[in-house]
Amino acid sequence: MFENVIYFDNGAATRMDERVLEAMKPYFFDLYAVATSQFGYSSGVDARDALDNARGEMAAALGANPEEFLFTSGSTESSNLALKGVALALVKQKGRHVVTSPLEDFPVWHSARALEKQGFQVTHVRVDETGRVDLDHLRESITPETILVSIQAANQEIGTLQDLKAIGEISREKGALFHADATHSFLRVPLDVREVPVDLVTVSAHTIHGPKGIGGLYVREGTPIRKWMNGGFQEFDLRPGVENIPGAVGFAKALELVTPEETAHLQRMRDRLIERLLQVPHTRLNGHPIHRLPHNANISFRFVEGESLLLHLDMRGFAVSTGSACFSRSLEASHVMLGIGGDHERAHGSVRFTFGRYNKEEDVDAVVEAVAEVVTELRRISPLGKD
Amino acid sequence: MPLPYTELVMEHFRHPRNVGQIDDADAKAVEGSPACGDMVAVYLKVDFESQRITDIKFESYGCASNIATGSIITELAKGKTLEEARNITWKEASEALGGLPPIKSHCSVLAVDGLRSAIENYEERHGLVKERKPTTVEVVRKRLKRVMNPVTGLDLVRTRMIEDIEVSDGMVRVVIDLPADHQFANNIRDEISEKIEPRWDVERVLVEFTE
Repeated sequence: MFENVIYFDNGAATRMDERVLEAMKPYFFDLYAVATSQFGYSSGVDARDALDNARGEMAAALGANPEEFLFTSGSTESSNLALKGVALALVKQKGRHVVTSPLEDFPVWHSARALEKQGFQVTHVRVDETGRVDLDHLRESITPETILVSIQAANQEIGTLQDLKAIGEISREKGALFHADATHSFLRVPLDVREVPVDLVTVSAHTIHGPKGIGGLYVREGTPIRKWMNGGFQEFDLRPGVENIPGAVGFAKALELVTPEETAHLQRMRDRLIERLLQVPHTRLNGHPIHRLPHNANISFRFVEGESLLLHLDMRGFAVSTGSACFSRSLEASHVMLGIGGDHERAHGSVRFTFGRYNKEEDVDAVVEAVAEVVTELRRISPLGKD
Repeated sequence: MPLPYTELVMEHFRHPRNVGQIDDADAKAVEGSPACGDMVAVYLKVDFESQRITDIKFESYGCASNIATGSIITELAKGKTLEEARNITWKEASEALGGLPPIKSHCSVLAVDGLRSAIENYEERHGLVKERKPTTVEVVRKRLKRVMNPVTGLDLVRTRMIEDIEVSDGMVRVVIDLPADHQFANNIRDEISEKIEPRWDVERVLVEFTE
């Protein structure tokens, strides 16, 4: 049934690639042992090898050493570990100040809030109307008590990319650690930790046609960080728990399948969609026009509300997302749209399209036509925009 | 088909009844706002003799529930006297659609408030003097019955969420029995402010939480 849906919500979850599942299968039915120590029985050792190979691939994709990459249950856990793990390690010796952006995705956003409740101070660095961080304000915001700067590589809603190299250099210069949530940019936008002075990076498999429930955290060697979950001593004694070997293997396979050619194809579709949708009257693009994720388009349509737009598109077989309050779990308008200085109305009328491997060229024209029709109809019944 | 909505809601969403404006309307009202993401405009034509609503139209900005409740309210109100129409409750509107998810019950409240505001507008135009009653604790409590708890779909008074109400010198203070970081805390605070702040003698509304 879902096969017939034309899916533009790859930012939320992606269809898993069959080849990923094939790579994972042996680790469910055949090599299902845990990764015991190297002195264990042989299938445990094989399991450890599989985990190490996957780890090595993930690390190499970031330009890191294998010992610097931990597997987690996903980007939410990774970002929690980054913020709370560093806080635990540095609160006594350095300070209680964290610098972050007002556009972060929920794991960083709410982890920072949780730290605030425990007596930390959080400074939100200024961003411009396209969502780009104000680097001067960043520099001013970091103090000797700042233990961590956490600023995302790319925004989950409006797609804006940050200048990680510049942010990293400023953080280094001022003596603060730098964490980047790269959940939405990983493998679509290059990131090499030998060139970018970043200390922690959050990644996840669910955005790149890998399985849900597995992610990772890059931790630069020497970074002060403490585990916050207690149990065994897996993942370099930073993240206990039975290792998700099928997940790790699947993640590594998904990584292998992402290519620059594919990303260029997604970008072409994105550009075509944006160009055609902006021809609909009273629309605007949200986020930076150039420094944006190659597979993300976010457009606000005036005078109509996102959830009703989404439902109409659903009835026509298209899946998209919206920043409308009605759609959120807290009934609040997107904090990202508000954070870039947009008003509530702009948030309520925003629609996000995110492309993936299984989108086709003809899907773009089909959805543009559908959106134009739906917006016309909703504007007909709307009290706004008429005079 | 998406599961949370009944067939009736979907029908009124796809084909809303009585959409539009009335150019020579006898009454008009708007409830909600673009900022809320929820807005409804109601137009009435009333036969003076019988006080019956002879025509009613609506416009809507909002989610499927908002459109469906706007539509159903026009069907429920058409042909009724102003008194009868004024007494239509949000529950009746919701039930006429086969029910709404609790988180959406505020949409049927909005539609009913839109209709009631339009009726008030008619009365104002026809010289029925409205005294400006001062805002008291009781007045605030009555207004708080129009604010829904998105979890249960019932109002804040009914679900005993009101810990305290204080009114003094143009300031209204409401304490809600919820943690400040509750999923819906911000939404509830905004809704309370919207319902109380417009009152003629209120300068400030303070909403506090018990944790």
